[in-house]
Amino acid sequence: MTQALPPEAEQDEVMEISMGPQHPSTHGVFRMDVRLDGERVLRLKPVFGYLHRNHEKIAEAASYLAEIPYTDRLDYLCSMTNNWGYALAVEKLAGLTVPERAEYIRVIVSELTRLQNHAGMVGFLLQDMGASGTPLMYAFREREKVLDLFESLSGARMMCNYMRFGGVRVDCSAEWLGQAAKVVGGFGGFLDEFEQLLTGNEILMARTQGVGVLPRELAINAGVTGPGLRASGVNYDLRKVDRYGVYERFQFRVPLGEHGDVFDRYMMRVLEMRESVKILEQALRDIPSGPFIDPKARLRGLRPKVGEAYARIESPKGELGFYLISDGSPNPYRYRVRPPSLINLTVLEDMCLGQNIADVVVILGSIDIVMGEVDR
Amino acid sequence: MTLEEIRSRLEAFVPGCHAEIVVNGSPSAQNSLLIDRRHGLQTAMYLRDHPELQLDFCSNVTAVDWPDREETETIKTRKIVDGVEKEVEETKKTTIPGYLEVVYHLFSIAKKEGPVVLRMHTANRTDDVTLQSLTPVWRSAEFQEREAFDLFGIVFEGHPDLRRILMWEGFTDHPMRKDYVPPPDDDLELLAVSKPGA
Repeated sequence: MTQALPPEAEQDEVMEISMGPQHPSTHGVFRMDVRLDGERVLRLKPVFGYLHRNHEKIAEAASYLAEIPYTDRLDYLCSMTNNWGYALAVEKLAGLTVPERAEYIRVIVSELTRLQNHAGMVGFLLQDMGASGTPLMYAFREREKVLDLFESLSGARMMCNYMRFGGVRVDCSAEWLGQAAKVVGGFGGFLDEFEQLLTGNEILMARTQGVGVLPRELAINAGVTGPGLRASGVNYDLRKVDRYGVYERFQFRVPLGEHGDVFDRYMMRVLEMRESVKILEQALRDIPSGPFIDPKARLRGLRPKVGEAYARIESPKGELGFYLISDGSPNPYRYRVRPPSLINLTVLEDMCLGQNIADVVVILGSIDIVMGEVDR
Repeated sequence: MTLEEIRSRLEAFVPGCHAEIVVNGSPSAQNSLLIDRRHGLQTAMYLRDHPELQLDFCSNVTAVDWPDREETETIKTRKIVDGVEKEVEETKKTTIPGYLEVVYHLFSIAKKEGPVVLRMHTANRTDDVTLQSLTPVWRSAEFQEREAFDLFGIVFEGHPDLRRILMWEGFTDHPMRKDYVPPPDDDLELLAVSKPGA
């Protein structure tokens, strides 16, 4: 929390800077009130709300089905996983089942989402560090291929609106699965090339190792989830812990960091992409035939029984949770999103204290936030 | 440990604590524990530090608004009307006072278990909306409690930095309440302009 100011004589050296909301490194409209002693950060308070549209209130007026496209716009890079989190909550609330093929399709599109999110995140992180252009272009070249797949499957590149309660909206063709296998097959090569360029790079190591260290205990207590938590050495991946969907059928490892610094958080993303490729290869190989949505699932006019449900998934950003309360009417009485981007920012100040202002940019980039989800 | 075991232990080991199981009727079957509002902090510390529970991870913190509601009951009574005993229907209206509710979803990373759902109620929706903050126990509640303060108007006692988080500082209402009426768009713009720096 707030550090004591230096002695009186030095106080006039202290500078207050408002960083953002229109700053190229803040990943959207995000502001930080920073107090600096020279280049050293003494205090940092994040300011939110520039993109607030009261997403949760909108949902209270919409039917359960009509809420799905709104969830696309939370973390607008990962609409597929947002859909899944919400669909899972409604399925828990209403007691719906999902056919096996739909579970496999969900895993496939979600792991593709993880690939494109992490590739983009690493590209942006390097961009923030001053590696203008090249890494981001490489990352976006790969991301394009995934978005093309989404487009041919759902009709949209980013706002996919693809999942439904009890399954998915449209089936994927054998041809699409072939295309996906091709993209996945080429991804390992991209990662090798990417890592050759970056991981051993002296400048990258100097800028990230030992910077923005997040201790294990603080990470747990502050509710940090996702790659940020695992970079601090905590083995907690909901795909392994909750085993939602059909994740227990796939062989994959959970990469863990040792130091909890920016470099570890960077490495988590790279290693997780390699694990996602493994999951995708297995899922694309094993996908069974059958219905892609439960034929008994009622989409329009769904009225779950009075009650509540909390469901969570491992989204690329961390634990994405949805909490729903039904009063028996066609729209939820209460709809709550647990936004990983917002909660992961709880420790931003702790990680930045005592660091240089230039490192704040890198530390923020390593958390991986999307303001659509932070502000809702 | 089942919820019933947690409840009885809480009542035994947290002096004065009253806990009640709230049954959830949906197929999710996630029942919750309703804690009286004076023992939130002690309960939270007990749940976090108990070696068998180790609820070290507070995932989700949120609030729910339950406004005053009227319940009409029809009671059939036998009355003597004009000397003849008849069955008469009477409607009785009772107002159930509203309250604000906070909900915490707790998990254990150490034991890979959860969720344990904790709830607390404020005394009413108007002048006694204070609850104990659980941020001293779980830092993850810091921004989420600020959000509940901002959007629902619940005051968290013991919160290190209780300010509005999503709405601006000059804003006075609580938009997530069920009876919130948004001002016309032009007014909102004027409001924002007339409060520079907010």
